[in-house]
Amino acid sequence: MSGAFTKSMARNIFYGGTVFFFLLFLALSFDTHSQLPKRDMRQNITPQIAEGKKLWEVNNCIGCHTLMGEGAYFAPELGNVIVRYGDEGVKAFIQSRPKEGIPGRRSMPQFNFTDEQLNAIVAFLKHVNSINDANWPPNDQG
Amino acid sequence: MGGAYYMIPEESETELFSPKLALALFWIFLVAGALTIVGYLAVPYATLAELTGNSILETMGREFLEQPLPTKLGIVVVALGFLFNLTMTMLKGKKTAISMVLLIGLWGLAVFFLFSFYNPVNVVLDKFFWWWTVHLWVEGVWELILGSFLAFVLIKTTGVDREVIEKWLYVIVTLTLITGIIGTGHHYFWIGTPEYWQWWGSIFSALEPIPFFAMTVFAFNMVNRRRREHPNKAAVLWALGCGVMAFLGAGVWGFLHTLAPVNYYTHGSQITAAHGHMAFYGAYAMVNLMMISYAMPILRGRAANSNKSQVLEMWAFWLMTVAMVFITLFLTAAGILQVWLQRVSDAPLPFMVVQDKISLFYWMREWAGVVFLIGLILYIASFFVGGKEEKAA
Repeated sequence: MSGAFTKSMARNIFYGGTVFFFLLFLALSFDTHSQLPKRDMRQNITPQIAEGKKLWEVNNCIGCHTLMGEGAYFAPELGNVIVRYGDEGVKAFIQSRPKEGIPGRRSMPQFNFTDEQLNAIVAFLKHVNSINDANWPPNDQG
Repeated sequence: MGGAYYMIPEESETELFSPKLALALFWIFLVAGALTIVGYLAVPYATLAELTGNSILETMGREFLEQPLPTKLGIVVVALGFLFNLTMTMLKGKKTAISMVLLIGLWGLAVFFLFSFYNPVNVVLDKFFWWWTVHLWVEGVWELILGSFLAFVLIKTTGVDREVIEKWLYVIVTLTLITGIIGTGHHYFWIGTPEYWQWWGSIFSALEPIPFFAMTVFAFNMVNRRRREHPNKAAVLWALGCGVMAFLGAGVWGFLHTLAPVNYYTHGSQITAAHGHMAFYGAYAMVNLMMISYAMPILRGRAANSNKSQVLEMWAFWLMTVAMVFITLFLTAAGILQVWLQRVSDAPLPFMVVQDKISLFYWMREWAGVVFLIGLILYIASFFVGGKEEKAA
């Protein structure tokens, strides 16, 4: 680290390297964007799915659950929950959560969703399940 | 923020551009932060979203970006004021490499936060750009901030030539960004993005431990070559500890699960949580504790705290650090079991059943957390311990 290698050389490598790799990252991101329409099923997004995503967000579902593996690891993965329980199963589960919780273990709150809201949530979760995410998770348990 | 207010004027050898602005922003930030927390606690999240106008621009309910819209806007305003103040300070004074790196880090932080306002209906795009804030913060610009604080304290406490330290700093931040930017790819394995990210992400993030290792070597090297014995030994201990723990937590624990074939099984498990705990403590908690440890005695008019107080602070260091090692180990054990029972074994079990089976590790992690809290209380207490103090240099 001495002799020929000076601070100004280190500085130039820092600026040059950063700019180069950031541009490379932008190029990869650009390419990703051209491929995403084939994978993210955007053509299927309906107002109902958008409503489901909004409900997902304003009720802070990610504060416990994960979606495609991202979130808080306190409650099950929901990216493939439709595979586990089916549409009706998911709705019945959300509706049947006891207000007072379940003694001795963690339990999901009762959100008192209307039927319309439940349908929107299921539509959103079905949409997420349809995304091509390189076959993750490894099995139906998530 | 406090650390930057301390360091930039000292590096620039001039007073802060506007101490009044700094003071005002401090109170705005504190009150806004407190109000946000009160909001989280007082009303259900959905009500908070409604009250704070989430429907105007939907940004809430995404991990780490849960803040209501007014808080997000407040963060932008405070960050811009803060950056303006620091940048003006540097412009009117000396421009050192250390303050340049810090300011690039802070400006990057502000710019990448803007992606938190972008929340498209398409969940893949949402997640893609969510990481532009989250990953490019913690594995990008924050490391610049970390490196520059570390370099600053090392110059002050070891007396090693600035040229040498700043050269190291440039090398470290170069390594950080050339591995970390493309390293964002390790978040693009399973969220609907093309499979080639499994290659880009695995290769570049496998290199991410290198800058952390360099940081550790750097810290030890500089302390070994010290030209003076700084009386604040506690601050030096934090600096060395920060390097080591950041390398273990971010470097080693990050590498453990960053390769795509491994991550296929560990993604979103307690392994991730284990890595997160140690990496955050090692890199970002410890660097703050180091800055406080270094600057606080000087702000109170002495070079270092009394021996008695420093001994207590070192106890705090070891209690917190060892407790964090155990927290990480227990969560790792929980994570290995979870991955096995839920994802790898021939008869995968449901999430909640697995959680029940690994609860022993959560309890052990809880007790390690209690020890950590004791360490933290001792750290705070150490500032109130008297005794014979070193006079200010």
